[in-house]
Amino acid sequence: MSKKSDVFGKPMKVINIGLETFYHSLKEQGVTAAHVEWKPPAGGNDKLLAILDKMK
Amino acid sequence: MITKNFIRSNTYYDSVTLMMISSKLSAIDGVENAAVMMGSEYNKQLMSDSGLLLEEHMNATPNDMIIGVVAANDEAAAAVQKAVEEALEEKNNQSAAGDIKSKTLEGASRRLQGANFAVVSLPGRYAAREVDKALDHDLNVLLFSDNISVEDEIRLKDKAIGKGLLMMGPDCGTAIINGVSLGFANKVNRGNIGIVAASGTGLQEVSVIVHKAGFGISHAIGTGGRDLKPEVGGRMMLVGLEALSEDQDTDVIVIVTKPPGVEVMKKILLKASMISKPIIGCFLGGDPQLLEESNVVYAKTLEDAGVMAVQVARGEIPRSEWDQDRKQKLEDIATQEKLKYDNQQKYIRGLYSGGTLTYEAMLLGKDMLGTINTNIKMDGTTFLINVEKSYGHTFLDMGDDYFTDGRPHPMIDPRLRLQRMESEIDDPEVAVISFDILLGYGSHEDPAGALLPAIRKAKLKERPITFIATICGTDGDSQGLETQKAKLEDLGVIVMNSNAEASRLALMLV
Repeated sequence: MSKKSDVFGKPMKVINIGLETFYHSLKEQGVTAAHVEWKPPAGGNDKLLAILDKMK
Repeated sequence: MITKNFIRSNTYYDSVTLMMISSKLSAIDGVENAAVMMGSEYNKQLMSDSGLLLEEHMNATPNDMIIGVVAANDEAAAAVQKAVEEALEEKNNQSAAGDIKSKTLEGASRRLQGANFAVVSLPGRYAAREVDKALDHDLNVLLFSDNISVEDEIRLKDKAIGKGLLMMGPDCGTAIINGVSLGFANKVNRGNIGIVAASGTGLQEVSVIVHKAGFGISHAIGTGGRDLKPEVGGRMMLVGLEALSEDQDTDVIVIVTKPPGVEVMKKILLKASMISKPIIGCFLGGDPQLLEESNVVYAKTLEDAGVMAVQVARGEIPRSEWDQDRKQKLEDIATQEKLKYDNQQKYIRGLYSGGTLTYEAMLLGKDMLGTINTNIKMDGTTFLINVEKSYGHTFLDMGDDYFTDGRPHPMIDPRLRLQRMESEIDDPEVAVISFDILLGYGSHEDPAGALLPAIRKAKLKERPITFIATICGTDGDSQGLETQKAKLEDLGVIVMNSNAEASRLALMLV
C-alpha cells in the first residue's frame, strides 16, 4: 500500500545529519536548515547499541 | 622519530572535517606523518597500519578523537596537537547566529517545525538507524552514505514508499528538489525538465547541459547506485518516474542510469508506457533496440540526453547534435596536436572524479582503443592488476572506493588526483591526459587551480602532452565556470563543452 509523494512544490526545510559541508551548502542557498551534531550512539559501543535497538 | 597520540574523549567531528585538518599536518616542521580521526574500528586499523596508533590506545572508542603523529621530537608532536585544536576552535567559531543545531534528529525535528527533508551522510553502520527515524518523522531522505546492506536498502525504501516519501540512496550524492541542491549539485535554472538518475555525476552533467541551453530543472531525483540491481528492482526509479509524471512543473523526463537487467528494464519501460509526458532514456551502453518498442527516446550520451530533453521542451523532434561539422572541428584540432608527439607517445590516461563520466568516456573509447585498463568494472575492459600503475590506455575513476578509503572524495580534495597526474606526465608513452572538473555545492573551491601544478610541470618537458578537460559547472556555481575555464586554457588545456565531446577528441589523438 503506497501513498503518493507530495514533496514537490513545498518549501524545503532540511535536517542535515553528518557532513557539515552539506549543511553549509544549504545555508548558502538560503534554505531553512538544521544541523544535527551527531555522535555515535551508546558511546560507540556496538553491543550496547544492539541491546538498545532491541528494546525499541 | 617518536610516535605520540593525543586523545580527546567524547568529542565527535565528521570525517571530512577531520580529513581536511589531517591534510595540513604533515607540512609542520619535524613531522613525518600525522592524522586525526575518530576512534572507529576501521579508523584505528588505518592509523595502526600507518604506524600512527600506539598499542595502549587501541581501546579508544568511536566517540574519541585520536591525534596520531610520528615526529622528530616532542616539540613537533605538540605543534601538531596545537594545530588540530586551533583548526577545530576556528571551525566552532564559524557557527553563525541563527544556526539551528541539535544533538539528535528528534531535537532538530522539534526545533525545525515542518521539516520535510533529511540529508544523511553518516558512517554506514549508523546510517540506517537514522534514516528509520527520519522516515518515522515523515522526512524525505537523501542518503549519501554507502556500506549499507541491500536488506536495509529494500526495507527503508519500502517504508518510504508506504508513506509517500522519497528515500534517495544509499550512495546517492546528488539531488535537486524544489530548486534546492542537496549534496553535491550545480546551481542550475529552474525549469520544466525533470531527471531521475542512478548516477550522481550523470545527473549533474545532464542538468548543466540543460541549463547552458537556457532551460531548467524541475526536480532531479537520485535513486542511489544500487537501485536498479535485481534485488532492489528499481524501487526509487519507479517512484521518481511516477512523481515526475504527476508533477505539474515537469514537462519532459530524463532517465540516466547504467543498463539495468532485463526484468528491471521491463518494469521501467512498463511504467514509462503509462506516462504521457515525453521521456528521454540514457542507459549508458544499453542496447538501443530495447527502446524501439517503447515510448522512451534513446540517448547515447549524457550530452545527447540533455540536448534532446531541451529540443523536446522546445517542441522539436529530438536528435543528437553530434554531427559531421563538430566531428570535423575536433579532427582539425587533433591533426595539429598529433604533429607534436614523438614516436613513443601513444596512450590516453583519463583521470576522473565523476564515476559516470569515467564510464561514459570508456564506453565511447572501448571499441576504438582495443584494450582499456581501468579500476572500475565494465565489460570489454581490463581491470588493472596494480591500480597504482597505469598501463596502456588507462581510465581511472578516482572517486572509487579504492582511492577514497580513509580519504575524501576527489571532488572535495584534489590532492590524490594531482599526484597521479604528476606521475602520468613522467611516462614517455603518454600522449593525452583527459580529466573532468566538477563545480557546484559541496565541491572543492578551486578544482581547476588545484591541478595546475601538474600541467605546468608537463609544459616544462620537451615531450608535449595534450590536456583535455570537461567542466561540469554553470555560471551560477561559486567556483565560477568562466574563471575555472580560463585557468585551464591559459595553460593550453583544451576545454570541451561536454564529457562526450572531450572523450571523442581524446580518441582522435591516439
